[in-house]
Amino acid sequence: MAAVYNLFIINKSGGLIFYKDYGSAERMDTNDSLRLASLWHSMHAISQQLSPTIGCFGIELLQADNFDLHCFQSLTGTKFFVVCEPGAQHMEGLLKVIYELYTDFVLKNPFYEMEMPIRCELFDLHLSQAVQKERVFILGR
Amino acid sequence: MVEVSLSAFAFLFSELVQYNQTQVDNIAELERRLEDAGYAVGARVLELFCHREKGNRRETRLLGILSFVHTTVWKVLFGKVADSLEKGTEHEDEYMISEKELLVNRFISIPKDMGTFNCGAFVAGIVRGVLDNAGFPSVVTAHFVPMEGQQRPRTTILIKFADEVSHMMALLNIY
Repeated sequence: MAAVYNLFIINKSGGLIFYKDYGSAERMDTNDSLRLASLWHSMHAISQQLSPTIGCFGIELLQADNFDLHCFQSLTGTKFFVVCEPGAQHMEGLLKVIYELYTDFVLKNPFYEMEMPIRCELFDLHLSQAVQKERVFILGR
Repeated sequence: MVEVSLSAFAFLFSELVQYNQTQVDNIAELERRLEDAGYAVGARVLELFCHREKGNRRETRLLGILSFVHTTVWKVLFGKVADSLEKGTEHEDEYMISEKELLVNRFISIPKDMGTFNCGAFVAGIVRGVLDNAGFPSVVTAHFVPMEGQQRPRTTILIKFADEVSHMMALLNIY
């Protein structure tokens, strides 16, 4: 079974700019993925204000019975989050790798318009390599 | 050799492309503008490298200047020698410099609606700038060439020398 179910990238105003499925049993339809993305954006913002600790950056991990949701927010407000199997390790590392790929192959691409959906061939290519590597790593344990 | 941050260069180059995109109506024009930007670089690097690397000597032979571009220019600009330098099979006056992954294209994905556009036009401009100012007028273009068994196409810089170059070479061989 794949460790990572899906990956989302949302821009600073909560719009879904990238979504990818990694062979989970049920494919999420486009409307659901958009809904989940903006829901998560709002929840993340609310959690920041409700948190009793000062200087909280929002939810980083949501654990449920059937999945874990790991979230990473960049300094500019772009959020990356993965839905993965419960107890999956190294997801923070994977999110950092994805962030790096985003800065390289999306932001340095002159044909990408900021805050718009990501359609970059090189990003897709390197992303699938990174997730593949992660999968091999987990299977290898 | 002085090294420059690749990220800084990539962002600057990205801005160069984006700025030029706002100034043009079609892709051919964008390609031409990038080539012109490269030409200015090429003219300058020829001057600089002849002085710095060659002890103020300039290549006067065709193969000499081509290997100067392939080796010296590539090494100083991109940190490595170009992957290959070949003679065109169809035409006598055509040469090709191929690169598996051109440095300027490292982070760039061309959208489907832009067809065969290649940001390597900038590098083609550099090559043209060097050759032109060394006395070898030519037409230089950049193309994507799909490779068997590779996910990514390589970039080929096609150099077509002007007629007077072959005349000049013929004269040099006689006298």
